Amino acid sequence: MGKIKTIARRSFLIGSVAVAGGAAFGVYTYKKPYANPLEDELYAGESTLNPFVLINKEGVTIITPRAEMGQGIQSTLAAMVAEELDVAWETVQFKHGPAASAYYNNAMFAAGVPFNEFDDSFVAETMRSGMKKLGKILAVQMTGGSTATIDGFDKMRMAGCSAREALKTAAADRWNVDASSLETENGKVINPANGESLDYREIAAEAADARPATVPLREASEWKYVGKSMPRLDMTAKVTGTAEFGIDVRLKDMLYASVISNPKLKGKMNSFDASEAEKMPGVIKIVDLGDGVGVIADNTWRAFNAVNAIEFDWGDAPYPDTQAGMWDVLEKGLSLDPLNTLRDDGDVVKASADAPDGISAEYRVPYLAHSCMEPMNATALVTNNGAEIWTGTQAPQVAEQFAAEALGLDTEQVKCHTTFLGGGFGRRVEYDAAVLAAKLAKEVPGKPVKMTWTREEDTAHDFYRPIALGRFNAFFDNAKNLRAFDAKISSPSPTYDAMGRLGFPVGGPDAQLTEGIHNQPIDIENYRVYGYNAEVGVPVGFWRSVGNSFGGFFHESFLDEIANHRGVDPVQMRLELMANYPVARNVVEKAAEISNWGSKANAGSGMGFAHTLSFGTYCAQVVKVSQVKGKISIDKVWCVADPGLVVDPKNFEAQMMSGIIYGLTSAIMGEITFEDGEAEQSNFHYYDAMRMHQCPEMEFATLSNKTHIGGAGEPGTPPSVPALANAIFNLTGERYRELPLNKHIDFV
Amino acid sequence: MKLTINGKVHEFEVEAEMPLLWVLRDELGYTGTKFGCGIAQCGACTVHVDGLPARSCSTAIGDVDGSEITTIEGLGTPDKLAPIQEAWVEHQVAQCGYCQSGQIMSAAALLDSIPSPTDEEIDAVMSGNLCRCGTYPRIRAAIKTAAAKMEG
Ligand code: FES
Ligand code: FES
Repeated sequence: MGKIKTIARRSFLIGSVAVAGGAAFGVYTYKKPYANPLEDELYAGESTLNPFVLINKEGVTIITPRAEMGQGIQSTLAAMVAEELDVAWETVQFKHGPAASAYYNNAMFAAGVPFNEFDDSFVAETMRSGMKKLGKILAVQMTGGSTATIDGFDKMRMAGCSAREALKTAAADRWNVDASSLETENGKVINPANGESLDYREIAAEAADARPATVPLREASEWKYVGKSMPRLDMTAKVTGTAEFGIDVRLKDMLYASVISNPKLKGKMNSFDASEAEKMPGVIKIVDLGDGVGVIADNTWRAFNAVNAIEFDWGDAPYPDTQAGMWDVLEKGLSLDPLNTLRDDGDVVKASADAPDGISAEYRVPYLAHSCMEPMNATALVTNNGAEIWTGTQAPQVAEQFAAEALGLDTEQVKCHTTFLGGGFGRRVEYDAAVLAAKLAKEVPGKPVKMTWTREEDTAHDFYRPIALGRFNAFFDNAKNLRAFDAKISSPSPTYDAMGRLGFPVGGPDAQLTEGIHNQPIDIENYRVYGYNAEVGVPVGFWRSVGNSFGGFFHESFLDEIANHRGVDPVQMRLELMANYPVARNVVEKAAEISNWGSKANAGSGMGFAHTLSFGTYCAQVVKVSQVKGKISIDKVWCVADPGLVVDPKNFEAQMMSGIIYGLTSAIMGEITFEDGEAEQSNFHYYDAMRMHQCPEMEFATLSNKTHIGGAGEPGTPPSVPALANAIFNLTGERYRELPLNKHIDFV
Repeated sequence: MKLTINGKVHEFEVEAEMPLLWVLRDELGYTGTKFGCGIAQCGACTVHVDGLPARSCSTAIGDVDGSEITTIEGLGTPDKLAPIQEAWVEHQVAQCGYCQSGQIMSAAALLDSIPSPTDEEIDAVMSGNLCRCGTYPRIRAAIKTAAAKMEG
């Protein structure tokens, strides 16, 4: 991991990912396979056939090296391996496995190429494959950007295929027959000539040394698991309280801790007084962490109490004190040079000067916390030889690297164990909890320390979805035909901020700033989208769907305004703008069809439409609202998505559902505001989320017209927000351009 | 102090103000019950105290000394799921799963008092349980399936 950092230092930015600056990492580095990390960890009687397959006397364990944060990815990845390996689903065991370069995420890098999803040109494809190679060179094991399925699709099936062929080769050697004459089924190699069979477990050790011939992956027509809804492998554990999250780790002699750091983020700690805390029951040690204080105790609650009893004198934050001061920065940002000019079709300046008619609008969205159900936590053990970390992380190698740095150790001396994640949403790519736990554990060598944040600390120390401001102008001819569309977005770049923290300092355009706007499947003759990086200084990060979370709202709300100004149906107008994008048109048409768009059936309700293409998945949504005693009730959401191939339909639907509810929560009530340099919201009574009685009915349809496989975890979020705002406009005639909507109108 | 947890008797000494949640999790190792907020706002810590649902983060141990507690671990086990847990599996409810212990304990208490609840009754009881992953539609469906299983 040390190497990754050195490489990344010389990096610049294409799209939204870091790219190594030099060309020094040539073909040799790329071709050299990473060591199989399982080989170091084998117990007696265990064999590993490749980094993804482990066989012992209990059976086959599939390594699913992506963070399980609710998206069912470990089951999806296991199904891909099982598909080729011919093991019965009920017998499959799985584990996250160690942090290792062998588990790099290619697709995350390919997704950063600054070409639009619908661009299949030679240049775009060449760039995508170049970036994939880079993913391998940087070898970062990370879960995010809705990329895990895309990345795993070939890799995991190949792992299953090569393991199966190795097992056949081992059996063939024993029987002295040709491997190609053998078959596999239910964890056994079978010789059809005489009906003999060998269990995988019996021949695993020999298979580990076998050198099988390469055979092609199975055709889609032969699939048994891929494309089917498979029961999730983690479901039983999660309904019986036996799934181990980071917060549940229990180790021998373990101590408990909590930390309070300066709520004026990045500010110093002038002084603190822990004299009360020291005397409190169960307190073992008070630790000065520089910008905060940790209490190590014998129970989490006692640690909470003690840390809350400390008096602090905090230094100021290096950003404006108030929310108004922050908006000022964004307004001024619009007069800087644009960071992104990723869409500039035709001549907007000329077309607007000639236009007899136009509308303009300004949109704003607030900071948002991720608010994972499981507050941030990590457990660390520091010994003479190194350190171990247990935590729910989206980037275990990054956690290892920064914990090592904090402890003055080599990265190789720190080992991160990834547990289940009680929500991630982009928050758990960060390594802050791991570092805090490591620093505390260093104070009590030989004893594991579990550091847990209070909910208040979790809300106050998020890496927030940034505030954003969008100025939009549209110009029309005398017949109200749309002649030009001009968008300017000003927002702090989460990519700059987060990649810098993760050790990949970057420069260049950041596509995330204008995602959901510049890269949508519509054509307008004169069409300009510019992004401005307005650095406020509040730490910002990747929040489910990143720039699309506000880009989708701005773009789709303004298209609705345009349709209204022209007096045309917003769905019909989208279809015309999408004339050249048949995949998008199909999605929109299907959404109109299943929601009975335009029919009398919906009279008395407000209907709103939006479509956003994000993370490789086209997603159209219709929201239906009504008014109940003066309050808005969200009655139904129809959602149509085209991700290309759907690997697991039931799980895909769960992801869309989850993305919609996450988006609607932000639309209705999500808001972090700053006063005196501190977030004003603390616990769920001030930063709530949608609850059961507010949750709409939902109906889903999925299409598969697209060629590249798309993501699932994030694409449901962006269109949900504008579809709701458009529905409220349709019902009440009020256009709300600033979120959250409960600033303007009450919800049930 | 004494608690009977899932039928097993535990004796221990802690300050009377310590919330039941932290006795369960840190003192006795019942980690199936989760911490989400500590102020009775999210329901992640829901258990049954003498058969009634309670937010264990806001229940002082001194007030429940001697009680019978049921946690998620006592409802059913991976080898022998309770009908409500079967319904959760059938509908593939859990995503990250962190809120689900509390959801299931609240739903179990609901079905104890109202064997076949209406949508409004489900909403009224379950709106105290947050799920950031947005599993509500499936929770609602699973409660109905569980109700049918338990009736039948
Ligand atoms: S932790 Fe008890 S209600 Fe949230
Ligand atoms: S399943 Fe993740 S919070 Fe409910």
